[in-house]
Amino acid sequence: MSSSATTRIVGAPVPRKEGADKLRGCARYVDDIAPEGAWHGLTVRSAIPRGIIRSIAFDPAIDWSQFAVVTAADIPGQNCIQLIVADQPCLAAGRVNHCEEAILLLAHPDKHKLREAAAGVRIDYDPLPPVFTIEESERQETIVWGEDNLLKSFLLEKGDVDSVWERAAHIVTGEYRTGAQEHLYIENQGMAAEYGAEGSVKVWGSMQCPYYVVRSLCRVFGLPEDKVRVIQTETGGAFGGKEDYPSVVGCHAALLAMKSGHPVKLIYDRMEDLASTTKRHPSRVRHRTALDRDGKLLAMEIDLATDGGAYSTLSSTVLSRATLHAPGPYLCPNVRVRARSWATNNVPYGAFRGFGAPQVIFAMERHMDEIAAALGFDPVELRRRNFLHHGDANATGQLMREPMILDQLLDRALKESGYYAKRTRFARENATSPIKRGMGMAAYYHGSGFTGSGEVYLNSLAGVDVTPNGKVRVLASNTEFGQGTNTILTQIAAEALGIGYEDVLMAAPDTGIVPNSGPTVASRTSMVVGRLIERASAGLVRLLREHAGLGERYTSAEFFLACERCRAVLGQVKSLCRYEPPPGISWDDETYHGAAYPAYAWAIQVAQVAVDTVTCSAEVEEFWAVQEVGRVIHPVLAAGQIEGGIAQGIGYALYEKVILENGRMANSQMTNYIMPTAEDVPPIHVYFEEIPYRYGGFGAKGLGELPHDGPAPAILNAIRDAAGVAINAIPLLPEELFAELVAHMPAGEPAAL
Amino acid sequence: MIAPGGLDAVLELLAREPGAWTPIAGGTELMVAFAAGRLAAPKLVSLWNIPALRFIETGAGSAAIGAASTFLDLRAHAVLAAKLPLLVKAASWIGSIANQSRATLGGNLVNGSPAADSSPALLVYDAEVELISVRGRRRIPYAEFHTGYKRNALATDELLYAVHLPCRFTRHKQYIRKVGARRAMAVAKAALAATALLRDGVVGEIRLAAASVAPVPTRLYQAEAALAGRPITRQTVQAAREALLAEVRPIDDIRSTAEYRRRVTANLLEEFLLELRREGSRP
Repeated sequence: MSSSATTRIVGAPVPRKEGADKLRGCARYVDDIAPEGAWHGLTVRSAIPRGIIRSIAFDPAIDWSQFAVVTAADIPGQNCIQLIVADQPCLAAGRVNHCEEAILLLAHPDKHKLREAAAGVRIDYDPLPPVFTIEESERQETIVWGEDNLLKSFLLEKGDVDSVWERAAHIVTGEYRTGAQEHLYIENQGMAAEYGAEGSVKVWGSMQCPYYVVRSLCRVFGLPEDKVRVIQTETGGAFGGKEDYPSVVGCHAALLAMKSGHPVKLIYDRMEDLASTTKRHPSRVRHRTALDRDGKLLAMEIDLATDGGAYSTLSSTVLSRATLHAPGPYLCPNVRVRARSWATNNVPYGAFRGFGAPQVIFAMERHMDEIAAALGFDPVELRRRNFLHHGDANATGQLMREPMILDQLLDRALKESGYYAKRTRFARENATSPIKRGMGMAAYYHGSGFTGSGEVYLNSLAGVDVTPNGKVRVLASNTEFGQGTNTILTQIAAEALGIGYEDVLMAAPDTGIVPNSGPTVASRTSMVVGRLIERASAGLVRLLREHAGLGERYTSAEFFLACERCRAVLGQVKSLCRYEPPPGISWDDETYHGAAYPAYAWAIQVAQVAVDTVTCSAEVEEFWAVQEVGRVIHPVLAAGQIEGGIAQGIGYALYEKVILENGRMANSQMTNYIMPTAEDVPPIHVYFEEIPYRYGGFGAKGLGELPHDGPAPAILNAIRDAAGVAINAIPLLPEELFAELVAHMPAGEPAAL
Repeated sequence: MIAPGGLDAVLELLAREPGAWTPIAGGTELMVAFAAGRLAAPKLVSLWNIPALRFIETGAGSAAIGAASTFLDLRAHAVLAAKLPLLVKAASWIGSIANQSRATLGGNLVNGSPAADSSPALLVYDAEVELISVRGRRRIPYAEFHTGYKRNALATDELLYAVHLPCRFTRHKQYIRKVGARRAMAVAKAALAATALLRDGVVGEIRLAAASVAPVPTRLYQAEAALAGRPITRQTVQAAREALLAEVRPIDDIRSTAEYRRRVTANLLEEFLLELRREGSRP
């Protein structure tokens, strides 16, 4: 069992494991790899959102014998990308269901010949009527997926919502909307592949989840797992965007390698990446809330809808997490969440940091401010009055068994931000200033690890071994993509083994070497995989004591000498551990009742915002984040995760808008898909309260997604405080704020005189 | 792409094959356009590393800036910063630092975007542009350089050689503000530059220019006329706003809406006028 006892390496700001290579420019990303004789690949994509492919013709002016051309007919196994439901073809066969859907693949030794060749492929379609919005899809007049357009639905019920409305002192309703968001990892999607004549596939590339790619390759090539090898190359950011999509790129690269007889590199450029790959699910959330005279919650009825795009990808699990986070960190005796994910002919939406939670927390936390306004309550006190506490049951009936300190987090956030003093000062200054300032907050939790029984199904295996040259290797398929996996897992191993941080390395992220310790998603690495590494390390120490006479106290040198004695006896020095659920955790997938997550991270975020009435633009001036994430393994990386998540959340709230025209992204360049720059991100103050979680790696819970959940509602609540306008949709660009604030006034009228 | 290496060689090439070659300096616009597939197999002639095009000369009453001067050259020049601060401020808005080390003043003008960062400042400073070809040189007011959306006064054998600026605005109240989608690396949704004198509370000489409100960067003559010779009161501000709203013709596009651009440009004018009233011009 983990303890918060003094540690040497866990909790210390050790150097990032791969940091020196990245700083020196010798980290190798997929496009830095040059397999001998490699050809280059290109994807030919659908020009229309929905239709039947009537014909594919090739310009006779081009010598096609120089190219490898792959269509669905070339797929040796099954034509599907294996995620949860096998509805997405690897290459469109006969029909297309979204713009930019891959239809055909080309490869050639000269990268520059490909664009011209792609223009020489003529695809004719019989268009079918497309569906682009949740509203069109739920009307079910045009069916574009399955029998009813419904990708997935959930119903969560607690108590009896319907019995409450008549006796409630207050009923407050609201509708909230969130837009799509692009991940904007610095490194675009890319894969290199090799096809062995004896029927084996090897793929390298930028990814989060090597074993997901293995699974898709096995399906597409009809190969057993031992014929498929996937290696993660240094990965320049992911944010969920490299959870599911690399399976597509990996299968495509491998098909081209098979067809051409050469290794093939398939590297997307930024426009292709923006236009064709997954994004965060747009959402619509409707709240109907009953309260008593004192502002205590009596009932919450939440109707949640997401746009899933043309194929199901991960929409069901995103919807699940959204359902479970929709009621917020509040105690309410009667709750109903009805959740549906709808198919459209937009490019499929997928995993993105937060995974459904940012959407519903935006709705819940904006709604809390609207409730406060309707009741004449202070929004802070309304929240405090309804917080979950230790021993309470949340919306799924899960008893809060771990210590909970939401009140303490709130007090700290109020104090550090000077919340009340600032609100008073801004109210005074705003009367005469063209800049209106305001304060807003969000309170929430984020469940760590896979939802419900997910971790049990994953059945992760991870551990450590020792190389003959005296290094411990962490054996896990969890990947580094900027967030610190390498560093924290080696810290945990070094701590538990009682040796130095420099004595421990990560094994290569290669499915030929490391076991399947599950995907690198869902804020699970520190808590779940960290715990496996901690247990496996303790197992290795026991092994060394038993077989190699390792003493109670030892130096690194003595440790490795013992390892060699152990190797002489056992032939190897290795310890693996399989996932075991914490005791007393049960979850019912049918009723959505029980412990949805073994542990939760908690956060209060406060935004200070300035609305410039000259330009109708809102800027975040300062931001405070107070969170309890269990034990902090690495203080600098942890703070970096919080700061980065908040910056991304600011983009989600105020800058980043995916403009779709007929299902095609119209702003697929970084000059017109606007993400905040360093100039736009304010000072961010990060505070951790640490309560070690006994079933997480050295007490850690998840923290990677947590910071992205709160900025949007905190910022829009601050805008409400500043300018008095209640805006329920993001992204909130100046043009929309303009429409709210001034569009109704005559333009010639002086604004400030 | 070819790089003849000298100004005369470039001009001879342009004269020999007029219209066949696209001059490229820093490439910050053309390379992006090429990558995006908007530039079909162009023949490029490089103006990079031609010293005759990259100079900044400041005399008693004027400044001359070679067309291939980069925006970092402008930002680093102390005399420009003192005498033509709006231009140097605008230079700081161009893309990123990396862009500013490649992008040139001439490129910004010849590219002819209505949102060009340097244009409003040049208009309110009464800039002139000097054009050069094997036939010789000619100078025209910058206000006449842009002849339509992405069109200009250059003949097919001509290059933009230099920008000339009179340095007689140090006593003017000067104003410039850009409204972009973010604080850095943004294309202007709206921008306004202004120079004006206030004498005894009455607006004397005034020049106003805006970006992104018409097919070309635009002097706002009607708004200027509504203000010249008048004190800054609620009535004159209203008259100026209305004159501005009547003369701008912005569009809806992927970056913003026409209505937002109109109103925000008027708000910028009002912000300038309030500053002018409060602070005056220098005595």
